[in-house]
Amino acid sequence: MSRLHQYVGGEHLRQDAPDKVTGEAIYVGDMAFPGMLWGRFKSSPIASGRILRIDTARARALPGVRAVLTGEELDHQLGLYMADKRILARGVVRYQGDPVAAVAAESEAMASEACNLIEVEYEPLPAVLDVEQAIEPGAPLVHPDLGSYRYMKGVFHPQPGSNVAHHQKIRRGDLEKGFAEAHRVFETSFWNPAVPHVPLETHVVIARALSGDRVDLWTAAQSPFTVRHLMAAGFGIPHNNIRVRIPYVGGGFGGKAGINLEPLATMLSKATGGRPVKIVATREEEFNTLPSRQGLKSRIKAGVTREGKLTALEVRYLWDAGAHADYGVNIGRAAATAGAGPYFVPAVKVDSLVVYTNKVFGTAFRGFGHLEVLWGIERNLDMMAHALGIDPFEMRQRNFLTPGEPTITGEIFTANHGRPDLCLKTVADAIGWSERPREDHPPKRPAPIGGKRRGYGIASLHKSPAMPVYTSCSCILKFNEDASVNLLISGVDYGQGTYTALAGIAAQELSIPVEKVHVTWDCDTATQPYDWQTVASRFAVMGGNAVIAAARDCLDQLKAVAAQVLHAPVEDLVCENEEVYVRKDPGARLHYRQLVIGYSFPNGSSIGGPVIGRGRYIAQGLTHLDPETGQGRNALNWTYGAHGVVIEVDTETGDIDVLKIASCMDAGKVLHLAAARTQVEGGVIQGLGSALIEGFKFDESGRLLNPSFVDFKIPTAKDLPREASQHFIETPQLDGPHGARGIGEHPMIAIPSAIGNAIYDALGIQIHELPLNAERVFLALKHAQPNDAARP
Amino acid sequence: MEHPIKLTVNGQAWEGSVLPDLTLLRFVRETLALTGTKEGCGIGECGACTVLLDGRPVNACMVLAVEADGCALRTIEGEAKAGKLSRLQQAFVAHHAVQCGFCTPGVIMSAQALLERAPAPSDEAIVEAVAGNLCRCTGYASILKAVRSCTPHGRTGGER
Ligand code: FES
Ligand code: FES
Repeated sequence: MSRLHQYVGGEHLRQDAPDKVTGEAIYVGDMAFPGMLWGRFKSSPIASGRILRIDTARARALPGVRAVLTGEELDHQLGLYMADKRILARGVVRYQGDPVAAVAAESEAMASEACNLIEVEYEPLPAVLDVEQAIEPGAPLVHPDLGSYRYMKGVFHPQPGSNVAHHQKIRRGDLEKGFAEAHRVFETSFWNPAVPHVPLETHVVIARALSGDRVDLWTAAQSPFTVRHLMAAGFGIPHNNIRVRIPYVGGGFGGKAGINLEPLATMLSKATGGRPVKIVATREEEFNTLPSRQGLKSRIKAGVTREGKLTALEVRYLWDAGAHADYGVNIGRAAATAGAGPYFVPAVKVDSLVVYTNKVFGTAFRGFGHLEVLWGIERNLDMMAHALGIDPFEMRQRNFLTPGEPTITGEIFTANHGRPDLCLKTVADAIGWSERPREDHPPKRPAPIGGKRRGYGIASLHKSPAMPVYTSCSCILKFNEDASVNLLISGVDYGQGTYTALAGIAAQELSIPVEKVHVTWDCDTATQPYDWQTVASRFAVMGGNAVIAAARDCLDQLKAVAAQVLHAPVEDLVCENEEVYVRKDPGARLHYRQLVIGYSFPNGSSIGGPVIGRGRYIAQGLTHLDPETGQGRNALNWTYGAHGVVIEVDTETGDIDVLKIASCMDAGKVLHLAAARTQVEGGVIQGLGSALIEGFKFDESGRLLNPSFVDFKIPTAKDLPREASQHFIETPQLDGPHGARGIGEHPMIAIPSAIGNAIYDALGIQIHELPLNAERVFLALKHAQPNDAARP
Repeated sequence: MEHPIKLTVNGQAWEGSVLPDLTLLRFVRETLALTGTKEGCGIGECGACTVLLDGRPVNACMVLAVEADGCALRTIEGEAKAGKLSRLQQAFVAHHAVQCGFCTPGVIMSAQALLERAPAPSDEAIVEAVAGNLCRCTGYASILKAVRSCTPHGRTGGER
């Protein structure tokens, strides 16, 4: 095989980088249209209440105001999995930050002023803020009408008359027997707060509502076709009436999946007779009104043999969905299927409840619930190991799934699934796990306050893409006159580097220089082929397969014409280095240039025509999960991985200095080394944010206390680990492009678990809540001191 | 009441009048239509809006346009000359120090100011220079590498 044009696994430059380093990249916030108005909304100051009166008269009277809307005028119920959301609150508000009225005006300042002039009178209602309280009988209902909402049937199981939006059950094996066989049974609980995504670009959209129920949108969204579909379903208009365009997007991490501000901008535009309306969320609105990651309370009961083999696992996950669970229901479902970790457990009972509360709502966030469930599972595993006197590394190795064993949903693990064991070994070796200091680590009793102490921690992870069983993707490759190609695909590259990896796949498949593949960056539902959503680390895999199919389609077309010109059978033709030649007569050859828009014989007569390849891919073999047992096949593939950390804790302040982080993923095949490495670098730091500093805080009335960068910090360049290494294992995925699996989300998933485990190694205390900020660590250590007065 | 101001924008003279409460960020993005400079928070906490005033990096959202009177203003649009990327810009491309790109113009302006002020900065100085620029995507490692590669001691280093 020729070594020319080999790009898979390479490091060719990102296609978007020149636009982005020069400021030439256009994001929605940079766009303006003639006659464009500014939209703003007014949001609820209280977590739960009845709207008694909205007076918009003064806002309407303000010069420059072109439209004012309230929930009374908008009758749509929207959502992807669970249509539980209105464009503006109607009758009641369900969280502090819930939009209640909106304005379109000639300038942003006028729109803001008009919002201030809108008067809303509320009758406060009891707010339900805690998930445990929310599932008590008689708890105030966040959605009394739950029974009447549209939702994806057969997949989700809402419980009308309660705050439970979805109950995912997983049942496998004989639980009683499993616990009876256990040498010891451990019970413990964990908690994760809600965490916002914090893309540097806040949500932004421009909408034009045109005559004849047509809508034009420019939006910072992850999924053009899902935006279109949800708009079509929500407004009851044909898909083709809606055109969604997505230019560069300034980060998403799940927060820009589904739809967000698009319907509101559309209705404002409609109310102004079709003038373009732009809404840019302020940073505070990004925190307060737009979705975040759900909180989670986990209760874990696990049985183990004397040797540390798991015999039974009973878990209850209570997801704090906030006021809407449109996306949250799917997180509760998907994360439950991974809710025992990458281990074989003979008997399992998982109850995963997605619970409404009166707080800002949750949605997809890089890792889709897996960081949260593994915070419990991976911490608990360490706790059990220590109690049994088994090395946490060894404990995991004894329990990893091995070929032939079923996952908790009954999928049989095979040798092609990947190597969780090798991932763990790789990170353990990278941090020097087996040579770590053992004497006084972990200390027998809580470490005394004074000085710094080191700790080593490891944790495993796994995740499969969460998506509907019919998820699909398509690609078009069109050749230009100079034999360069345009690659059209509709997963959105909002920074992950997927487009650059796909360009490499296309170039390699077509045997052309990667510089000649131009991915069309701006996505447009009117011209690009269909894709479901850019979420779940599925795009490199499904998109990669679609690109390969499209490239092969192009090659077939090139060969078909070349065969006529070269008088050779198609089977004897080879495409290489931008040429087609006859295998046994390599002198007979044609440059792609001669073929891509049609071949002309010397006498002028022409054959062929423009070469346009099409490729598609659909998830295969997936099934719905049984509603009672959760058994079925919902994973297209599993990516396994592990993290290892070395930390130093200052016992006098609780500050954690991260000395080393090693990460390893079984990528199947690394499609683009630089993209993979930088995804891991970035994901790890995002994971460190969740581990050490990030988390929403609410007061007892449900008001968000930290909705700005002043009170909510994310990691800066000063917060990096001293040393970070990225490792990849390549156990080919049989149906992945070149054997690849997704790795976009995984780098952040087990970081908190590894740090929590390292804290125990350093201090001998177990912390069950995130984030592990200095205050929490110091107070936990202080309260654990034998003579501490504040000890509970 | 508008105030007359006079400044240079990426080397070119600009003269006009602005409202007293117009921020430098809005002046750059709206009046000058230079949209490479981004807004990430509007309250001086993210650095996405970093521009250079007389060579000094400032958060444009925290400065009034009138304060730029008489200054040399530099924005990301002025960094590439005649279609050729600056050395630092090239380094960001080469080191894959760009993901979503929303922080990138601000980070480049902060780092460029450092390199002009101290052509051989220490690692600590580099971290310090970009610590006010939030990036949610890259985890900063590739950014630091890119900047380091533009210093005399980083020049030979290259990728790990
Ligand atoms: S926009 Fe100026 S610092 Fe964030
Ligand atoms: S590249 Fe996205 S915020 Fe820095």
